[in-house]
Amino acid sequence: MLRFKGGIHPPYNKLTNKDSIEIAKLPIEVILPLRQHTGAPCEPLVKVRDHVKVGQKIADSEALVSAPIHASISGVVTDITDKLHPVLGICKAIVIESDGKVEWHSHHKSEDYSNIEVLKKIIRNAGIVGLGGAAFPTHIKLSPPPGKKIDTLILNGAECEPYLTCDHRLMLEKTKEIINGLLIIKKVLDAKEVFIGIENNKLDAVNSFNEVIVEKKIDIKVVSLPTKYPQGSEKQLIYALTGRKVPIGGLPLDVGVVVQNVQTAKAVYDAVVEHKPLIERVVTVTGAVKQPKNLLVKIGTPFKDLIEQCGGALGPIGKVINGGPMMGIAQSTDEVPIIKGTSGILVQLKDDVEKLNSQKEENCIRCGRCLDACPMFLMPTMISKYSENNMMDKADEFHAVDCFECGACAYICPSKIPLLKWIKKAKTEIMSKRKVAK
Amino acid sequence: MSDELKEAMKRVYGGDKPAEYKSVGNDPKAKDLLKKIYGNAQLASKNLSNDEPKKITKEDAKKIEQDVLQELKKSEVTKKTGYHSKEKIELTTSVNPHIKNKENVNSIMWAVIISLLPALIAGVYFFGMRALWIILLGVVSASATEFIIVKLTKKDMTVMDGSAVITGLLLSLVLPPTVPLWVPVLGAIFSISIGKMIFGGLGHNIFNPALVGRTFLMASFPAIMTTWILPDGVAGATPLGLWKLQGIKTSYMQLFVGNIGGSIGETSAIALLIGAAFLLYKKVIDWRIPAGFIGAAAIFALAFRQDVLFHILAGGLLIGAFFMATDYVTSPLTRNGKLIFGIGCGFLTMIFRLFSGYPEGVMFAILLMNATTPLIDRFTKLKPFGYRKPAQ
Repeated sequence: MLRFKGGIHPPYNKLTNKDSIEIAKLPIEVILPLRQHTGAPCEPLVKVRDHVKVGQKIADSEALVSAPIHASISGVVTDITDKLHPVLGICKAIVIESDGKVEWHSHHKSEDYSNIEVLKKIIRNAGIVGLGGAAFPTHIKLSPPPGKKIDTLILNGAECEPYLTCDHRLMLEKTKEIINGLLIIKKVLDAKEVFIGIENNKLDAVNSFNEVIVEKKIDIKVVSLPTKYPQGSEKQLIYALTGRKVPIGGLPLDVGVVVQNVQTAKAVYDAVVEHKPLIERVVTVTGAVKQPKNLLVKIGTPFKDLIEQCGGALGPIGKVINGGPMMGIAQSTDEVPIIKGTSGILVQLKDDVEKLNSQKEENCIRCGRCLDACPMFLMPTMISKYSENNMMDKADEFHAVDCFECGACAYICPSKIPLLKWIKKAKTEIMSKRKVAK
Repeated sequence: MSDELKEAMKRVYGGDKPAEYKSVGNDPKAKDLLKKIYGNAQLASKNLSNDEPKKITKEDAKKIEQDVLQELKKSEVTKKTGYHSKEKIELTTSVNPHIKNKENVNSIMWAVIISLLPALIAGVYFFGMRALWIILLGVVSASATEFIIVKLTKKDMTVMDGSAVITGLLLSLVLPPTVPLWVPVLGAIFSISIGKMIFGGLGHNIFNPALVGRTFLMASFPAIMTTWILPDGVAGATPLGLWKLQGIKTSYMQLFVGNIGGSIGETSAIALLIGAAFLLYKKVIDWRIPAGFIGAAAIFALAFRQDVLFHILAGGLLIGAFFMATDYVTSPLTRNGKLIFGIGCGFLTMIFRLFSGYPEGVMFAILLMNATTPLIDRFTKLKPFGYRKPAQ
């Protein structure tokens, strides 16, 4: 096993790694944005005042890169309108008010599972997307373009984001289901080798996978990786497990690899074996809440419901973050819903946020820590300086667009320069310029 | 109707308006509310069962509404956290990451200052209280100069970041212990004003400020800057002077301990190495610059049949390699660049020692390499992970 170069060691604060997954309370209302994935938004298939049942498809798209959306609770559609979205800001959403019952939509269960196309169709119709955060439609990932042969499948159990433990708990509690999901994916891809990569701060998960693998004599390699952020980033994980380097601007499939998140594998299992579409996921509600928890949550549940279920905050709230502290997005309100890609809700207290913001930004002292931390071997301080001075051509020369926004540079900077802010600005401007040029 | 009430009503009725009672499942908050409303737990649980929808009259509804409102007002959660309170909570939004490393410019600078303490103590031990006065004057003058310039240019105060203290300290440590007390003052003023602030302060200077000050003193007052004493106060030469002019070799033990002639902070190799170990352990400095510096000097010495260990331990090589060449601002950004920079320093030092009119060359070597830093940065520009040459 190799070690990816760069990275940082933030305090991990895995407050909930010993807490079993709890089933969250049935929400009174769910908000289901029509875009919870990378790709084309869905069109609603229901109208206001329609009664929907759990698992009923309520929105879909004709576009290739998209994923349908299902009702996560049974009840009445009360609204189809623009709502706040934890990632996109604002997005059209279907609002369903619960009828308090858990009535499932009926499914067709007899399918020919030996047929790969059928499996892909099931996965698509279940609305499965990458549940690690990027939310790329899974059926597209499982359909490599002709000429690209996938020989290696990797299950990403690194969970390198501080605070988050949802994947960890799921690996412990649903080991067999995840392995079965992984084997279904392996079959679809016709992959030869299967790896499970887990950071070595979760050795219990490594053991539980190994137990099942030994017992069932399955050919899967479970690898414990050094605990280092961002170990769970696709390119870095692929390098650590296979030594292959994904070319810049390229995808894992360019080196014959597909990476899937643990929750995605579980969702595939649910779809194929349990005939359940993606309507719930495990979310870690953590940080400054009274009882941090791993909750099995209906997609569309508002953040505030879950914060409340964790006993509320420990004091006045400063930030509510969709995701973890490194890559998460700070929300303007706690009324946003959980979407397919939400792995955690991190609550930070007002005092702590103010303390962090009060740190004075100083001149770059050229210490080079950002260069050493960058897992993409970029030169963050150079890109940031050019971006700050609006020299986007120079920022482009320094490969600003290859940044995947892990935040390691801004975390480590002793001068407290918001490096990532400037790099993001450069990325946006360079990309829009390229689009115009095309 | 307030949002909280709306929500509470939803929990109780399953809708905004009093209508047919709907199940609230096992929501303890709703159960609790119903308990309060009906004043009877049994009745509450009966109402919670799904079997028979219960009609609620308008009067009932009003009473419930009031109770619910009161309940919410009392709620501890509301009071303590502002959660579910009337005022919208104001949340901060900013770009990720939402946590930051504890280390800052201050803590780095103070680590460097601490790392220089062994050398400072050794200098004062060998050369007496006068050495301490020189150091104090250097540090105070450097800080005062920065303070005044910042005030005059109306910029944010930067004296407390500790970098001016380092410049004053480093400058004093590389002065002979015999200099008149105005020398550290003048040197520090020059270091900070011309060496640093004129370029825009910390982070913008091209040359190591302490060495700029020392070069100025050396060029202006050569006699003062080359008058040496031995620790016992008797006039004498530095080990490099003895080697160059008289062919005398100082013993390794003396070079190691530091009871020899030389600048205040450069004579004791052991004191410098303790400080260097601290900086390396704390990851304040990268090993590449000192390794390149010392390695290149050793190879050069070997090639010219010189005493390798003598050249490493004598003169300013150690203080230069660990404390001056490693100055972030004036050395390259990349790891490869740092190695090249260190190697350049080592070779230049040995060229000056062997072929120039001076016995020592560390200062000039570092300053010359400072000038090449932008060039080295350009030639060692990093290639992204997975970089492939764009197809022509």
